[in-house]
Amino acid sequence: MKSPPLIRELVRATNTEAVLWRAEDLLLYEYDALSVMRQPEAVVFPTTTEEVVRVVGIAAQQGVSVIPRGAGTGLSGGATVAERGILIALSRMNKIVEIDLENQRARVQPGVVNLDLSRAVEDAGYYFAPDPSSQKACTLGGNVAENSGGPHTLAYGVTTHHALGLEIVLSDGDVIHTGAKFWDRPGYDLTGVVVGSEGTLGIVTEITVRLCRLPEAVKTLLAIFDRVLDATRTVAAITARGITPAALEMMDGFTLRAVEAATGAGYPIDSAAVLLIEVEGLREAVEEQAQAIEAVCRENSAREVRCARSEEERALLWKGRKNAFGALGRIAPNYYVQDGVIPRTRLPEMLEFTAEVEKRYALRIGNIFHAGDGNLHPLIMFDARDRSECERVVRAARDLIAKCVEMGGSITGEHGVGVEKNELMPLIFSEDDLEMQRRIKGVFNPSGLFNPGKVLPTGKMCGELRIQIGAGA
Amino acid sequence: MNAAEEKHPVAATQAAEAPQWEHYSKCIHCGLCLNACPTYRLLGVEMDSPRGRIYQMIQVEQGRLRLGKPYAHHMDLCLNCRACETACPSGVEYGRLVEAARSEIERAYRRPWAERWARKFFFDYLLPSRRRLEMAGNVLRMFQRSGLEKALLTSGVLKIMPGRMDAVARLAPRMEKPFFTDWLGRVIPASGGRRYRVAFFAGCIANLAFARLNEATVRLLARNGCEVVIPKAQGCCGALHVHAGLRDTARQLAVANITAFAREGVDAIITNTAGCGAVLKEYPILFERADREWHEPAKGFSARVKDVTEFLASIDFCQDFAPVKARATYQDPCHLLHAQRIRSAPRKLLAAIPGLDLVELKEAEICCGSAGIYNVVQNEMAERLLAAKMRRIDETGADMILTANPGCLLQLRAGVARSTQNQRRVLHVVELLDEAGRKQELT
Repeated sequence: MKSPPLIRELVRATNTEAVLWRAEDLLLYEYDALSVMRQPEAVVFPTTTEEVVRVVGIAAQQGVSVIPRGAGTGLSGGATVAERGILIALSRMNKIVEIDLENQRARVQPGVVNLDLSRAVEDAGYYFAPDPSSQKACTLGGNVAENSGGPHTLAYGVTTHHALGLEIVLSDGDVIHTGAKFWDRPGYDLTGVVVGSEGTLGIVTEITVRLCRLPEAVKTLLAIFDRVLDATRTVAAITARGITPAALEMMDGFTLRAVEAATGAGYPIDSAAVLLIEVEGLREAVEEQAQAIEAVCRENSAREVRCARSEEERALLWKGRKNAFGALGRIAPNYYVQDGVIPRTRLPEMLEFTAEVEKRYALRIGNIFHAGDGNLHPLIMFDARDRSECERVVRAARDLIAKCVEMGGSITGEHGVGVEKNELMPLIFSEDDLEMQRRIKGVFNPSGLFNPGKVLPTGKMCGELRIQIGAGA
Repeated sequence: MNAAEEKHPVAATQAAEAPQWEHYSKCIHCGLCLNACPTYRLLGVEMDSPRGRIYQMIQVEQGRLRLGKPYAHHMDLCLNCRACETACPSGVEYGRLVEAARSEIERAYRRPWAERWARKFFFDYLLPSRRRLEMAGNVLRMFQRSGLEKALLTSGVLKIMPGRMDAVARLAPRMEKPFFTDWLGRVIPASGGRRYRVAFFAGCIANLAFARLNEATVRLLARNGCEVVIPKAQGCCGALHVHAGLRDTARQLAVANITAFAREGVDAIITNTAGCGAVLKEYPILFERADREWHEPAKGFSARVKDVTEFLASIDFCQDFAPVKARATYQDPCHLLHAQRIRSAPRKLLAAIPGLDLVELKEAEICCGSAGIYNVVQNEMAERLLAAKMRRIDETGADMILTANPGCLLQLRAGVARSTQNQRRVLHVVELLDEAGRKQELT
């Protein structure tokens, strides 16, 4: 089989090992962690910024779009092909370029795995704070694209608070640098514009990040409740006391039974809900905060409040939490995870609504929340072989998101918009708001070369979730 | 499609051993396995990731992907280290899936003739026969002792041979005379009072290449109050066959072992080889869809199988050791850590040796590239993994490298031999425990 001209040019811009184009290989790039989309026309694996520039140049010249991809662990279809195009897979740009511990900075290529960066600096007492549940596999480039958060977002913020500078390849092949190692560079905050742009503005080829010091002490509490309502009330009660835990997570009974089966972390399988609460800082302060939190939990009818006694116990509890989505894979062959945000004070109401939706559509929904910041992850279980169930899943998800918006929240907390929710953007933005975003995109990406069909509404399926439940696997 | 790739007639039991929906449907393609996979870490492509391999299996089943050379290549390139199982939140039994996929490849895909011939010789002719193995061992030993091997390796002749002959030849294990085959059929009494009666699973190649390790294992068990039975009728465990998709031969070997050990009333069947242990514990899977009458006996057999470190750590083991002044690091054998989920047992045993400074090895959970015969058949990938492993080992500053599986020993010794750093001892945990225990008895 002879390769088409586009492929020959891409190979010339890189090397033969760096371009996939055969049907049997492209088949493996039609999915990410959300769903199955289209196959790309080629997948290119650059190893340098220069190669990215050349590949972008060829794509621009040939009029095919370019979609950046990290590890493909995203949950909104951002790294898949919505229309037509080639993927730039950054998995081989995985070097940590510089570690500058004195200044608490690192420079990395976008393909470095999130947890690998933390591991590289942990012996010196540092780590990279944003900790999405996929951190053992997802890349920092992907984190920048999605502005990823994680359980510790409550105290440390999301990726935008930790990415200080970027090197970006633009659609005309120019390479620009935004931000710097230090805070507060004059001029417009272009780093802030690009972080979270989901690959629609340019290809990020280097990232300067902030490294945080590992805390002196960490305490992890597990508060166990017999009623979901009590757990949800506790969340707002804790923050109302002026305590900001490093993490404040909630799992309902349905979810934690699956988690317990998967990890054996010691989650109480007979409870209705648990809160996983972490406090960290100076030893004395941590002790004091833990006691205050325990008191609040008890006031709100917690059956029991446990404290992880060792680092192993703590790690196991977190392993359970971080593997929770997958753990539900044991219960049903498929799940669809939603990602919505509400004010944390309205958690009790939201959970009641979720239960209603569950009944209305005859589905099972597991509830996992980054409760502290009101970020919900209802997991809707289904079997993709059942067509009617698939339809009900999408309708249920749509209802849940609509409710979040109604409560003054958002259509996504951290999983991104991608191809999944771009048609929902008008629910939270006015036409003027969206127009401003379109204009910014036009400045960076005038020809629409990068990641078309994502983030901003295309107007094709107004107000609908654009997901094909049950496609492919 | 060329003639060689046409599908062969399907035998009913074999077709049933293709990857099953109930197993692959657990994969939700979340991708959390990617960075745990040694081949993905090096190549960065989906086709050589666990998620991607499972996706390919599904596409083959659904008819979207041809069961041809590229598919076979990606399945072959998998080490079957099963690190992805440890990483997987959904409980996907990847080992079972890739083994089923390889069995399907065996049925439906015709490999090039040289490969077919080599596989037939090794898997069907050599491994299942103790007599032939011993003959081959004697020939290899003569070759090694005559200086011919050394001459060949230093001559550079192999360097100009095709197919990485030079690197592969350097992996050949030393033949250790007297072979452990002399011990088969014996019963070794417990030293001190008898607390347990155990059977020792001696392996196949290990009888020739790890005779001293096998002896050390039996000695250590006896020292811990075990009467050790070494059934004569035992043979190759069939792990390499299962990994290669040769399930019919594997079943024959399994039946022979189940029968050989069934007669012995023992508390446990002990192995010092993680790869063997993993398959011995999974014999029931072999009989799920074929020869069903052996399923129950297999369950009875497998329930008694214990890795030697697992067994010792579970009893009140003898902690009377002479001090060992060394800085050591431990590489987890994949089939101990990921397939058998044994992590703490070897560390617990090592912690009992006074003076031993055990430094944790970063990425100890990543394969060293040995993986059964992977380092021979996929030498290039194995070499890259070994190089990465040696860099991590060098970082620890350890002067002793410990592991708990003979295959890993060979690979790590090859790594040490070519290292520019100081030569370091590479030992099975059992060897160090035996050594420290015996030294203590002498003093």
